[in-house]
Amino acid sequence: MRRVRPAALAAVVAASSITLVSCRGHSPSMLDAHGTESQRVSGVWWLMFSLAAVVYVVVAAFIVIAIVRGRGGKREKAQKAPKDDTFIWLGGIVAPVIILAVLAVVTVNTTEALRNPEAGELRIAVVGKRWWWDVTYPDSPGVRTANEIHIPVDRPVDIELTSDNVIHSFWVPELAGKVDTIPGQTNHLRLTATAPGTYRGECAEFCGIQHAHMSFQIIADPPADFDRWLARRTTGAGLTPTSDQAARGELVFTREACAGCHAVRGTQAVAQIGPDLSDFGGRQWIGSLTVPNTPANLEQWIVDPQSVKPGTLMPPTALSAEDIAAVTAYLEGLK
Amino acid sequence: MAVTEHPPPPPSPPVDEPELLELWEDAPGIPGFLSTVDHKRIGMRYIYTCFFFFFVAGAMALVMRGQLAKPNADLLGPQLYNELFTMHGVTMIFLFNTPVLAGFGNYLIPLQIGTRDMAFPRMNAFSYWVFLLGGIFMYSSFFVGKIPDGGWFGYTPLVSRTFSPGLNIDFWGLGIVFTGLSTTVGSINFIVTIFKLRAPGMTLNRMPIFVWSMLVFSFMAIFAVPAVTLATGLNELDRLFGTSFFNPALGGSVLLYQHLFWFWGHPEVYILFVPATGMISQIIPTFSGRPLSGYLWVAGALVTVGFISFGVWVHHMFATGLPPVAMAFFSGASLIITIPSGVQFFAWIATMWKGRVRLTTPMLFGVGFLLIFLLGGITGVMVAVLPFDWQVTDSYFVVAHFHYVLNGAVVFPIFGAIYYWMPKMTGRMLSEKLGKLSFWVMFVGFNVTFFPMHILGFLGMPRRIYTYDNGLGWGGLNAMVSIGSAIFGLGTAITLFNWLWSRWRGVPAGDDPWDGDSLEWSTTSPPPHYNFASIPLVASRHPLWDQRPLPFAESGPEEDTSGLGSEGAVARETPVTSGIDTRPEGNLEIPHETYLPFVVALGLAALFVGLLIKAAVVGVVGVGLAVVAVLWWSWRTEEDLT
Amino acid sequence: MTAAVVTPGITRPATRRSYPTAWWGMAVLIMTEAMVFVILLAAYFFLRAASKEWPLAGIEVPKLELAVPFSFVLWGSSLPIFWAEAGIRNGNVARLKAGVLISFVMGASFLAYTLYDFNDLHFGWRDNAYGSIYYTIVGLHALHVFIGLGMNVVIQLKAWLGRYDHGRYASAEVFFLYWHFVDAVWLAVFPALFLSPHIR
Ligand code: HEA
Ligand code: HEA
Ligand code: HEC
Ligand code: CUA
Ligand SMILES: [Cu+2]
Repeated sequence: MRRVRPAALAAVVAASSITLVSCRGHSPSMLDAHGTESQRVSGVWWLMFSLAAVVYVVVAAFIVIAIVRGRGGKREKAQKAPKDDTFIWLGGIVAPVIILAVLAVVTVNTTEALRNPEAGELRIAVVGKRWWWDVTYPDSPGVRTANEIHIPVDRPVDIELTSDNVIHSFWVPELAGKVDTIPGQTNHLRLTATAPGTYRGECAEFCGIQHAHMSFQIIADPPADFDRWLARRTTGAGLTPTSDQAARGELVFTREACAGCHAVRGTQAVAQIGPDLSDFGGRQWIGSLTVPNTPANLEQWIVDPQSVKPGTLMPPTALSAEDIAAVTAYLEGLK
Repeated sequence: MAVTEHPPPPPSPPVDEPELLELWEDAPGIPGFLSTVDHKRIGMRYIYTCFFFFFVAGAMALVMRGQLAKPNADLLGPQLYNELFTMHGVTMIFLFNTPVLAGFGNYLIPLQIGTRDMAFPRMNAFSYWVFLLGGIFMYSSFFVGKIPDGGWFGYTPLVSRTFSPGLNIDFWGLGIVFTGLSTTVGSINFIVTIFKLRAPGMTLNRMPIFVWSMLVFSFMAIFAVPAVTLATGLNELDRLFGTSFFNPALGGSVLLYQHLFWFWGHPEVYILFVPATGMISQIIPTFSGRPLSGYLWVAGALVTVGFISFGVWVHHMFATGLPPVAMAFFSGASLIITIPSGVQFFAWIATMWKGRVRLTTPMLFGVGFLLIFLLGGITGVMVAVLPFDWQVTDSYFVVAHFHYVLNGAVVFPIFGAIYYWMPKMTGRMLSEKLGKLSFWVMFVGFNVTFFPMHILGFLGMPRRIYTYDNGLGWGGLNAMVSIGSAIFGLGTAITLFNWLWSRWRGVPAGDDPWDGDSLEWSTTSPPPHYNFASIPLVASRHPLWDQRPLPFAESGPEEDTSGLGSEGAVARETPVTSGIDTRPEGNLEIPHETYLPFVVALGLAALFVGLLIKAAVVGVVGVGLAVVAVLWWSWRTEEDLT
Repeated sequence: MTAAVVTPGITRPATRRSYPTAWWGMAVLIMTEAMVFVILLAAYFFLRAASKEWPLAGIEVPKLELAVPFSFVLWGSSLPIFWAEAGIRNGNVARLKAGVLISFVMGASFLAYTLYDFNDLHFGWRDNAYGSIYYTIVGLHALHVFIGLGMNVVIQLKAWLGRYDHGRYASAEVFFLYWHFVDAVWLAVFPALFLSPHIR
C-alpha cells in the first residue's frame, strides 16, 4: 500500500525498498512462492493489494480534499456539497459492501481449494518439541530425523502435526501457511512443492525461551533423489563408523549421557528426548538452524550447547577433548 | 421534541463561590490524596498514571528495538527479551490503553452530561486504587526478577505450571484478574452515570459522541471482561491448586483457553478503539466548525461494532486447525465489522468536507489518525481473509496491523485528546508550536517504524523472536524500524515536555479555548469541584453553539428538583434524572472523602499477594480487611442512597 | 445556527419513580456476573463436547434425590422476598423482617446442602476436567449464596435498627435484586450440571 504522503515519507518508503534489495541474503518470502498453497495465496495477496491501493488512495484523497476545500474562506463551496447521508451511504456502505463481497468470495473459493486430501500423498509426522522438530515418515517405519524434512517435488504431502509439550506453529512461507501443533489434538497441513529447493521454515507460535531458534527446512528434491534419500534411511545404511576415531566416538556416545537422550539406529542409544541423530551427518544445521553443521560448531555444541543456543534443553558435557573429537567424528559420519 | 417559545429562565441566584468551593474541597495533603472521591482528581490520576506506564512500556519497546536493530545482536538475552515484549504488550493494553480511556471518561463524562460527579464516587476511587495496585503488583515482578514471559495472551500450556514453574506467570495471571476488576467497576459506574445523571434535556440523542463511545466501552467491558478473568483465573487455579481445566491429559482442553481469551481479546481491541473514535468525533467537528455529520449513523455504528465484535474472536485462531467452515464463518463476520468503521470514516470526511478545517494540534492528530487508521483497518481486512491469514498470522505483518490500529488509531487520538482537553483540565494551553512539531515527528516516526513491518512479515519474519540470522535479509528493514521507533519516541517526549512545561508556562486557557460545542466548555478551566453550581439545561446536541447564552436550572420546590440549582451544590447533591426523558427524579448525595475504597483495594491486593506467594495468612487477612471495610462502607452509605 | 429552546417542563419531576441508582448499579453488576456463569457453562459444554465420556473417568452422574428438593427450596426463597418487598413498599417493616428471615433460612439450608453434597462426592476438583469445572461452577454459585446470606443479615440488622421506612429502603431493594439473581443462576446451573448428564 503506497500512499499519498508528504515527499519525505515517499522517500522513506523508496529507501526501504532499496535497503530491501541491497540487503544480502535470501529471505523466506511468502511472495516467492514455490508451493501450490503459497502460490494461490500470493495471488490473493496481489488482488487484495490492488484493491487496497485503490481504497487507500481514493479515501486519502477524500481526506485531503476535505481539509483543503473549506479553507481560505470559500464558503459558497460548502453549499454545493453532497448531503451527509450520501457520503456515508456511498463511501461507508455501498463501496465497502462490494469490495467485501469480492473478498468473501475469494476467501471461500481459496479455502475450499486448499488443504484437501489427495490421492498418493506422502505422509510425514512432525512433532513440535522445545525447540526442535521431530520428523518421522509413518509409511517408512524406522525413519526418523529432525529439523530437516525431505519431500519429493510435485507430490502432495500430508504433514501430521502434534505436540506433547507447548503449542508451536509450523510455517514454511515459500510453500504454505501455518498450522499449529497443539497438545491433545492432531492437525494436518497439506502442501505440494512445485520446484526443487531448500525452503526455510520457522516456528511461528511463541513457545518459550528459544522460540527464535526453532527453525527448520523443507528440502524438496526431484522424486528420484527423494526416493534414494528415503531408501538409504529405511535400510539403515551409513550407520557403521568408518574410522577408528568414529568407532571410539560411537562407544563414547552410547556410554555417556548422550544415549540418555538421543537415538542412533542400530546402537543402544534409543532415547527420544532429544533429536534422533541417525542421519546427523547429512544435516546442514545444528540446533534447529542455529549454526551450520561443521565439525567445529558441533564440538562447540557438544561442549556447551548453552553458549550456542541459550536455554536449550541439552545440558553441557564434561567429556575429554579427545572424546569430544571422537563423538564429533562419529556423528559427522552418520549420513 | 416540541420546541415552543419559552421565556429564558431567570438567572441563577448568585452563589457564594468561596464558600461553595470550601464545601467541596478535599482535605489538604496526603489524607485528601488518599481519600478523595472527586471524579476530576481521579480522572487526572488515571491519566497521569497511565502515561507513566506508557512511557515505561515505550522505553521497553525501544530497548527491544535496540536488540532487533541488527542480526545476531546481543544487547538482550532471550529471557530478558521475552520478558520485555510481554510486559510491553501487557502494560500497553492493561495499564495504559484501557485505563487511560477510563481516565478520560472519568474526567469528561460528568462534565459532558452536566452533572456534579459520577453515580458512585467512592466506587470510582476504588476502581482507580485497584488499577494502581494492580499495576504495582505486576511491576513488583521486576524487583523479584520474576518478570512475566509468556506473551500478553500467554497461551497454555506454555503458561502452565509444567512449562513455566516460576512466579513470572502468576504475576501476569493474577494481575490481569485484579485489574479486570477495576475495569468492571469503572464500567458499571459509567453506565449508571450516563443513564441516571444526565442534565435535563440531555436526551440520549443529544449526548456527545464521546459519551456514547464510553457507554459502548462500558457495556462491552461488562460482557467481555469475565472471559479474560476466567481464562487467566482458571489457568491460575490450574497453576496454584492443580485443577485440570487446560490439561489435555485429564480431559482439559488447551483450545478452551484460547476461546476464552479471545472472546474477551477481540472485543477488547474495540473497547480501546471505540472511545478513541469518540474522541475523534468530538475533535473533528470542533475544528471543522460544524456539527458532526450523521450523528445517528455514528452512534449507531458504535453500538453495532460493540455487538459484532463479540462474534469474530476466532480470527485470532485461524492456525489452530479448526474446521474450515467454522473459520470461514468468522472470516466473514470479521469482514462485516468493517462496515460500521467505514460509516464512521465517511461521517468524519463529510464533516470536514462541509466545514472549514482549522489545523490545530488536536486536529492534526485527528487527521494523522485518519491516515493511519485507514491503513491499519485495511490490513485488518486482509488478515480477516482466512487463507491469507494462514500466511501472515504470528508474523510481523500482524505486528504491523495491530500497531497501526493500537498505536495509530488509539494512541494518536489520545494524544489529540491531551491537546484538546488538557487546557480544560489544567487551565493552561499546551504550546501549539511544540504540539505541531511533536505531531510531525510522531507521524513520520510512526510510519518509518511500523510500515516496514508489513514487508518483514512477507519476508517470513515471525513475531516474538529475540534475534535473527544474518543471511535472512531482514537486517536492513529492522534497522529502519529501530530508527523509526527512536524518532517516534522523541515525538512523544516532545509532547511530554510540552505538557509538563505548560503546567507552569502555558497560556491561560479560558473557559472555551477551541469554541467547542459540549458542556465541559461551559465551566471554568479547570472546573470547580462541583462542576456546575447550577445544572445546565440542554436543548441541542451542541448546547454551546445553539444555546447562547446557556440556560441553567433553578431548584424547584419539590424534593426531586431541589438539587438542580445552586442549592443542590450547596447541599452537595446532584440531580438524578429519568433514563430516557431526563426528568428530575431526586438527588444523589455526593459523599465526602473516605479512605474506605483505598482500604478495600488494599485488602484485595493482599489477597492477590497471598495467592501469589501461596501464603494463606496474607490472603485471609486481606479478605478480612476488605470485608470489614465493605461492611462499614455499606453501613454508612444508607443515608445517601435514594 | 438556530437557537435551540429548552423543552418546557423538562425540569418538572418525573411522573414515574424509578429505582435508586444503587439498584441500577447492582443490575449492571448482575449482567457481568451473569456473563461469568454463561461463560463457565459454555466451558462446561465445550469440555463435554471434547470428551468421549461424560462425566469423565467413570464418575457417576450427579445424584438428584437431594438436589431436586433443595433446588426448589432455593428457588422458593425468592417468594418471601417478593412478599417482603411488597411489605416495605407500604412501610411494613415487620413484613420485611419476616420475609428476609424466611428467605435466609431457605438459602442457608440450600448452602448446607451444597456443602453436604461436596462432602459426599467421590471425586475431587483436581482429578480431571470434569471435577474442576463441576466444583468451580457449583462452588462459585455457593459463594454467591453465601454472600447473599451475608447481605441478608445486614438488611435484617438495619431493619431492626429502624433504618428503613416506607420511603427509605434502597439497600434492601439492592439486596432483593441480588437474591433473585442468585436464584436465577441456579435455574441455569441446575439443569446444565445436574440434569443434562442424565440425558445421553
Ligand atoms: C484498536 C485496535 C484494533 C482495531 C480497530 C482492529 C481492527 C480490525 N482488525 Fe485487528 N487486531 C488488533 C487490534 C485491532 N484491530 C490487535 C491488537 C491484534 C493482534 C493481537 C495479537 O495477536 O497480539 C489484531 C489482530 C487481528 C486479526 C488476527 C490476525 C492474526 O493474529 O492472525 C484479525 C483477523 O481477522 C484482525 C482483523 C481486524 C479487522 C477486520 C478490523 C476492522 O475493524 C478494521 C475496519 C476498518 C477499516 C477497513 C478502515 C475504514 C473503512 C473504510 C475506509 C471503508 C472502506 C474500506 C474497505 C472496503 C476495505 N485483527
Ligand atoms: C497501545 C499499544 C501499543 C503501543 C503504543 C506500542 C508501541 C510500540 N511498540 Fe508495541 N506491542 C503492543 C502494543 C503496543 N505497542 C502489543 C500488544 C504487542 C504484543 C506483545 C506480545 O506479543 O505479547 C506489541 C509488540 C511489539 C513488538 C513485537 C515484539 C515481538 O513480537 O518480538 C514490537 C517490535 O518492534 C513493538 C514495538 C513497539 C514500538 C517501537 C512502539 C513505539 O510506539 C514506542 C515509542 C516509544 C515511546 C513512547 C517511549 C518514549 C520513551 C521516552 C520518551 C523515555 C522516557 C522514559 C520514561 C519516562 C520511563 N511492539
Ligand atoms: C538431557 C538430554 C540430552 C543429553 C544428555 C544430550 N542431549 Fe543432545 N540434544 C538434546 C536436545 C533436547 C537437543 C535439541 C536442542 C535444540 O535444538 O534446542 C539436542 C541436540 C543435539 C544435537 C543437534 C541435533 C540437531 O539436529 O540439531 C546434537 C548433535 C546432540 N544433541 C548431540 C549430543 C551429544 C553428543 C551428547 C552427549 C555428549 C548429547 N547430545 C547429550 C538433549 C540432550
Ligand atoms: Cu516453537 Cu515457537
Ligand atoms: Cu480481533
